[in-house]
Amino acid sequence: MHPIRKKRLTIVLFLVAGLAIAVGLTTYALRQNINLFYDPSQIAAGDAPMDVRIRAGGMVEEGSVVRDPDSLKVEFRVTDFSASVPMEYVGILPDLFAEGQGVVAMGRMDANGRFIADQVLAKHDEQYMPPEVAEALERASKGQHKAADAEKAAESAAY
Amino acid sequence: MWQWFHKLGSPKWFFGIATRFMPWLLAGGILLLAAGLIWGLAFAPEDHRQGNSYRIIFIHVPSAFLAQSIYISMAVAAVVTLVWRMKLADVFVKAIAPVGLIFTFLSLFTGAVWGKPTWGTWWVWDARLTSMLILLFLYGGVIALDRAINDEKSAARAVAVLVLVGVVNIPIIKYSVDWWNTLHQPATFKLTEKPTMPMEMWLPLLLSVLGLYLLFGWLTCIRMKTEILIREQRTRWVRELVMAGGK
Repeated sequence: MHPIRKKRLTIVLFLVAGLAIAVGLTTYALRQNINLFYDPSQIAAGDAPMDVRIRAGGMVEEGSVVRDPDSLKVEFRVTDFSASVPMEYVGILPDLFAEGQGVVAMGRMDANGRFIADQVLAKHDEQYMPPEVAEALERASKGQHKAADAEKAAESAAY
Repeated sequence: MWQWFHKLGSPKWFFGIATRFMPWLLAGGILLLAAGLIWGLAFAPEDHRQGNSYRIIFIHVPSAFLAQSIYISMAVAAVVTLVWRMKLADVFVKAIAPVGLIFTFLSLFTGAVWGKPTWGTWWVWDARLTSMLILLFLYGGVIALDRAINDEKSAARAVAVLVLVGVVNIPIIKYSVDWWNTLHQPATFKLTEKPTMPMEMWLPLLLSVLGLYLLFGWLTCIRMKTEILIREQRTRWVRELVMAGGK
């Protein structure tokens, strides 16, 4: 390669590498701010600030959703399977809100350690499947089959 | 190999090659995209949680793929511009930046339309959505910078530097869903791993992605040919081409 071109190429590579390092360090320093939400374990460990609007996200615990019969108030627990946070919300939930599914809620912690949400968003995962496959998976796991069976079903569903 | 590389740098040679490839790119693109979209939108099964609203994935994912691929290819061309001063590389960047802008907008727009029924919001400032918005601004910046500088050579260099600065954003977009907590889901359509959707959803998606790539190739050829004609209007081969009625 021509020496001038070699020099230019070196400069270009340095430019990109330097920038990548700079941006990498910045995003690393700001990583907590870039996270959209706090996990329940972070909240339980006291990492989340009190009396500030924060987002909390996790899975809605199975069997924890209690709807108030007279109003739109809903209570549920959000878990990441190592800690869980009780939440309260008044309003209409998104269609995809369900037990065992992901949510991200915006709101603040009150003095009793409850999360008072003013907005609840549903978070869905990367799994897509037809309803029949989902039902088959459900049956397989409810029918006391071994976990391996469900996995086999998921495998045949994916291909 | 170097000879081939230098040949590729010749606008005249590229003009001929592009003319020959274009009908194939167009036919293949329309065929694959139509097959993918009809299959995906009308025949693929519903999703167990999202029902029919997930079908926007067949437009959303191909646009997002293109939006990022176009930027990566622009960055490669930018290196060629800066190191080898190849004119055709600059023509390429100039020709495809608006296309990239449109696909980025399309993926943001379809994402918003999809987000409303599934997440419950049009927009959220999570890492994936924000970095994609930055990509939109980068495309806008590249186009604006190119228009702002009159001298062709200085414009080419300035644009190339800007494109390279922005390329840092690409891995951030790609890995944002793995590095940080986001509302956006992690990747479903993966090239290296097993996809997390059944074949009858994945195949139409694959066809749409491939079809859009081919159509993008066709569009690139048209736009580059136009740009070449404008830039080379004083050369003999262009004059002869025009005299011969564009044949």
